[in-house]
Amino acid sequence: MIYVVEQVLNGVQFGVMLFLMAAGLTLIFGIMNLINLAHGSLYMVGAYVAAASFAATGSFLLGLAAALAVAVIVGIAIEIVVFRTLYERDHLDQVLATFGLILFFNEMVRIIWGSTALFYWVPDFLSGRVEILPGIPYPVYRLAIIAVGLTVALLLYLLIVRTRIGMLIRAGASNRIMLGALGVNVRMLYTLVFALGAALAALAGVMAGPIFTVESGMGESVLILAFVVIVIGGIGSIRGAFIAGLLVGVVDAVGRAFLRPLLTVFSSSAAAAKFGPALASMLIYVLMAAVLFVRPQGLFPPRGR
Amino acid sequence: MRRRIAAVAVLLLSAAPAGAADNVKIGFVTTLSGPAGIIGKHMKDASELSLSMLGGKVGGLPAQIVYGDDQQKPDIGRQVADEMLKRDKVDFMTGIIWSNVMLALYQPVIESGTMLISANAGPHELAGEKCAPNFFSASWQNDQTPEAMGKFMDDQKMSDIYLIAPDYAAGHDMMSGFKRFFKGKVTAETYSKFGQSDYQVEISQIRDANPKAVFAFLPGGMGIQFVKQYAQSGVREKIPLYSAFTVDETTLPAIGDAADGNYEVGFWSPDLDNPRNKEFVTAFRQKYNYWPSFYAAQSFDAIAMIDRAVAAVKGDLANRKGMIEALEKADFPSVRGKFKYNTNHFPIENFYLLRIKKDSDGSYVRKIEKVVFADHADAYAGECKMKK
Repeated sequence: MIYVVEQVLNGVQFGVMLFLMAAGLTLIFGIMNLINLAHGSLYMVGAYVAAASFAATGSFLLGLAAALAVAVIVGIAIEIVVFRTLYERDHLDQVLATFGLILFFNEMVRIIWGSTALFYWVPDFLSGRVEILPGIPYPVYRLAIIAVGLTVALLLYLLIVRTRIGMLIRAGASNRIMLGALGVNVRMLYTLVFALGAALAALAGVMAGPIFTVESGMGESVLILAFVVIVIGGIGSIRGAFIAGLLVGVVDAVGRAFLRPLLTVFSSSAAAAKFGPALASMLIYVLMAAVLFVRPQGLFPPRGR
Repeated sequence: MRRRIAAVAVLLLSAAPAGAADNVKIGFVTTLSGPAGIIGKHMKDASELSLSMLGGKVGGLPAQIVYGDDQQKPDIGRQVADEMLKRDKVDFMTGIIWSNVMLALYQPVIESGTMLISANAGPHELAGEKCAPNFFSASWQNDQTPEAMGKFMDDQKMSDIYLIAPDYAAGHDMMSGFKRFFKGKVTAETYSKFGQSDYQVEISQIRDANPKAVFAFLPGGMGIQFVKQYAQSGVREKIPLYSAFTVDETTLPAIGDAADGNYEVGFWSPDLDNPRNKEFVTAFRQKYNYWPSFYAAQSFDAIAMIDRAVAAVKGDLANRKGMIEALEKADFPSVRGKFKYNTNHFPIENFYLLRIKKDSDGSYVRKIEKVVFADHADAYAGECKMKK
C-alpha cells in the first residue's frame, strides 16, 4: 500500500512539473489566442541558462534568478519582434512561425553550448532525503518541486482572481476589442502575459534540469505533454491545467509501475514484458482521447466563450 | 564530335580501377548530439587519433573519415548511412553505437557490398542468422559482456537480482546474456523507455521489490541519470548496483562518487596491460587530456582493421575477398591484445571484472580486478551460415 502511495507521489511530482509548463502555455493560448510552439524553447533556454550560471557561480538560486531574467527578456523580445504581427493571422501562420523559432533556438543553444548534453545536479541544500512514509526516504529535491508547483498554482490563482491585472487578463480573454475600447492598453497587457508565461516555462526548465538532461531539443518532448495537459484541462483554464497536469502525471507513473504486473495476470509474462512498456507510454494519449470523447471542450473550459 | 567521344572514352578508361584506388573513404556513423553526444566525441577523437598515427593513410593510401550524426535514432542512422553509400561513396562503414541503429542500416550496407565494421553495436541477429562476410565486429556480441557479469554474480552465489534495461534491441540481448550464466533467482525484469531520463518510478519499484542486488544496462545519458538518481534516492546504500556498459569513462565524469566502488564488466579497460594499449592510452591522454572509454578503444581498433585490410590487398578495394580473408586472421595490432575471430566475424576474446576507482588525478576510472572469461565466444555463432 505504501508502495502505491509512493508511486502516486512520483506521479504528482511529474504532474506538478507539467503544470508549470502548461500554465504558461494555456495563458498564452487561451488569452491571446496564440499557438506558441516555441514555449518549449523558453523552457530549454531556462534550463541552459540555469545550468551555465549554476556551473559558473556555484549557486543554484543565482542560476534560477538568471534563468528567469533571461527567459523574460527573450520572451518579451520574441513577443515584440515575432508575435505582434501574428495575433491577427490564422493559426497555421502562427504554427509555422513558432516552429521556425524552435529550429532557431535549438540551433542557437548548439552554437553557444555545443551539441552534447549538459548535466547539472541538485544543489546541496536540496540534496538530502526525508522519510515521508515509513521506510520510504524521499528526495528533498522532488518534494521541493511539488512545493514550488503548489506555490505557483496558488499565486497564479490569486493573481487571476484577486488582482486588477488578473481582472484585465480575464476580460481580455472574453473580449479583447471591448477591453481596448475601454482604454486599456491591450498590447502592453499581452506583453505582460507573455513575459509571465516565459517565466513559468523557464522555472519548469530550471526545476527539470537535474532530473532530465539539458540538451538541444529538450523542449519538444515536454511541449507535447503540455499540450496534452491543456487540451485535457480545457484551453485557457489555469485550474484545468493544474488538475489535468496532476492527472497526466499520476496516470503516467502508475501506468509505468503497474501496467506490466497487471498484464501478467491476463497473459504470459513474456508478452507482458513486450507490450507493458509500449502500452504504458501510450496511456496518457488514451486518457486524452477518452476525455475528448466525453468532453470535447476539456474538463474545465473557461466560462464566457 | 566522334573524336571528342573517343577522348572521353579514353579518359574514362584511364580512370577505371587498374588495380589500386587512389584514396579511401571511411563512413563513421555515431551519435554527436544530445545526452549520448559524449560517446560520439570519444569515438571521433579515437578514430582521428588512429588515422593520424598512421600518417593520415590506411594501407598506404590517403584516407578520409566522413562523420555522420545518427542522433541516437534508427531512422536518422539509416538515412545517414544511405547518404554515405550513395553520395560519399564510402569504401568502409564503421562506428555505430546503438543496436537499433545497426539493425536499421545493416541490410542496405551489407547488400551494397561495402565493408561494415561495428565499433560498438553487436545485436544477436548479426551473429546468428543474419551474419554476413563483409561484416566484422571490432567490439563484441551484445550478450558476451553481461554474460561475464552473470557468471561473476553466480560464482559469488548471489541470488534475488533485479534486472533493468532500456526497451530496445540491445536491452533484451544484454538481459538474456546475463541470464545465460546466472542461475540464481531473478526478482524481476524491468524494461524502461529507450532514452528515458527520469527513473524515479523504476527506483520506487526496485525499493518495493527489495532484491539483494540490481543489475543494470543503461548506456550513455540513461546511465548517468539512473546511477545518480539511484544514489540520491538512498537505495544504493541498501541494494548494491552492478552494471554493464553503464558506468564507464564517458559517464563517470558526470556520475562521480555515485558509482565509487561499483562493479562493471568489459573486454577492455585503460589499464589493460599490453604494449599496444599502453601506446594508445598514452597517446590519447596526451592529445585529448581525458581517459579513453571502450567506445574509443573499439574505434581506434576499427581504423587499424581498415588499415590492415587495405594493406593486404595493396589498395585494390575491389578485392573484397582478399580484405575479408585478411581481417579473419585478426592479426592487426589490437588494444585488447591477441584474439581470434569466430566463424561469424565476432571476436573470441577475454572478459574482465572491472571496478570503479579514483585515479591519482582525482578522476574516476575502471580498473581490472580479474579475468572472468578467457577466450569467450558468443552463443549465436552456431546459427550463422556464412555464404562466402
